[in-house]
Amino acid sequence: MLIGKPGDIPSSEITPESVYINRRQFIGESAEIALGGAAGGALIGGAVGGALLARPGRARAQRPGDQRDWSAVRSEMGEELTPYEDVTSYNNFYEFGTQKDDPVKNAHTLQPRPWTIEVGGMCANPGVYGLEDFIKPGTMEDRIYRLRCVEAWSMVIPWYGFALKDVIDRAEPLGSARYVEFKTLHDLVQMPGQRSRVLAWPYAEGLRLDEARHPLTILATGVYGRDLPNQNGAPIRLVVPWKYGFKGIKSIVSMTFMEQEPLNSWQRAASNEYGFYANVNPEVDHPRWSQARERRLGEFRRRATLLFNGYVDQVAGLYAGLDLRVHY
Amino acid sequence: MNKKRRLLLLKGLVWLVGLAPVVWLLWRGMTDRLGANPIEEVLHRLGDTALISLLVVLSITPLRRLTGWNSLAPLRRPVGLFAFFYLTMHFLWYAAVDQTLDLEFIIEDIKERPYILAGFTAWLLLIPLAITSTKGWIRRLRKNWQKLHRLVYVATSLGVLHFYWQVKADTYWPIVATTVLVVLMLLRFRRRRV
Repeated sequence: MLIGKPGDIPSSEITPESVYINRRQFIGESAEIALGGAAGGALIGGAVGGALLARPGRARAQRPGDQRDWSAVRSEMGEELTPYEDVTSYNNFYEFGTQKDDPVKNAHTLQPRPWTIEVGGMCANPGVYGLEDFIKPGTMEDRIYRLRCVEAWSMVIPWYGFALKDVIDRAEPLGSARYVEFKTLHDLVQMPGQRSRVLAWPYAEGLRLDEARHPLTILATGVYGRDLPNQNGAPIRLVVPWKYGFKGIKSIVSMTFMEQEPLNSWQRAASNEYGFYANVNPEVDHPRWSQARERRLGEFRRRATLLFNGYVDQVAGLYAGLDLRVHY
Repeated sequence: MNKKRRLLLLKGLVWLVGLAPVVWLLWRGMTDRLGANPIEEVLHRLGDTALISLLVVLSITPLRRLTGWNSLAPLRRPVGLFAFFYLTMHFLWYAAVDQTLDLEFIIEDIKERPYILAGFTAWLLLIPLAITSTKGWIRRLRKNWQKLHRLVYVATSLGVLHFYWQVKADTYWPIVATTVLVVLMLLRFRRRRV
């Protein structure tokens, strides 16, 4: 009886003669691949370990020369502040380039003083104001807000600023005005990124007047207690903490009251992806990526994104009856 | 002998250039030079390197024909394997570090986000190519080997698409990558008709 015959071995199991003959080379090639795998493992381990080990040092670092100790300061939810270095070196400010580290490298060309802001449109007190007249002494305060970018990363930033409502009340918008539009400086010398047509310049943003008057909405002139660095939108910028970061228009030169809903720059660029409202909402995804989670800079694991960026109790009333999927 | 030495030298050069991005990332990681979002930075640089390596692989044959320098041909394998290595690292980094192995989200990404599906498919397509890159497999598969390895055109195209689809507004580099790919493909088709 036959226990086995050569035919029982499937032909795929037979080492081809060529491989057999070239076995030394075969071993060599396999070694190359194994070496590649080992290098890969080293990369993952080394880079993660390195990045994590280096983080605590960065986290302690605050604004150079700052007398105030920010290390114990927390948000209303007990969150730690994003280090000054990260807040001022990881920016979307396309007027100075489209990479996150472009603004910190290129924004030195911006001249934030002297600065004027034109208030116009449907209001009783239009005019051109110097920055100093905009900032009333005694109204400035620290506001610690979460900043959630539409790209699914976030920070916690101690802004220094004042309620936008103060400015609106002084301007006295007419009863028929429903929106306010803001514009950034348009200057190819100060903002060389505007030579590229990556967005329609000048950058424009808008708010409904009730959003603009909301007590959480501020105009910031500083961060970590002092003047804004150029890359963060010096000398004055908008901060609307329950909306995606791109609503926070930087280096503002004009405010216009109007009846019609203004078109913002990102809507103009891709209206199917970026809307007028841009409220932070984990349920409404960007067409190309999820908004359910975000990476808080300095943290390893992504965290859940909160409706209206965690300010739901304060702002949900503004949107009663509005379909947030349609008005994204 | 001279020819053998030249090949060894060229291969050594490929290894040196191919490992440089890993060393660069490691050094930046260990000295805290990866910026405020190191996870994203590493992810993007691994992806860039994979795509660049794929475009380099596709440029070897046209370059060889243009210059008549036939000793370039054996470089396709190490460069191709480096491309596969970086693409694998890019995927592992995405899955293990960026998404911390949260399968629910990884599966949702692959199913619902076309740019992730394109990138993932490119990686899957390259797996059989990496496995069959040895001399033994070249002999075993004979003519089918060449057919199989034409998948690299599909994988690279998907890689360019993956790159294009995730950019918010600044399409400069995706356009550069597309142009390079189109030129390399045209050089092939023109050659074949002659």
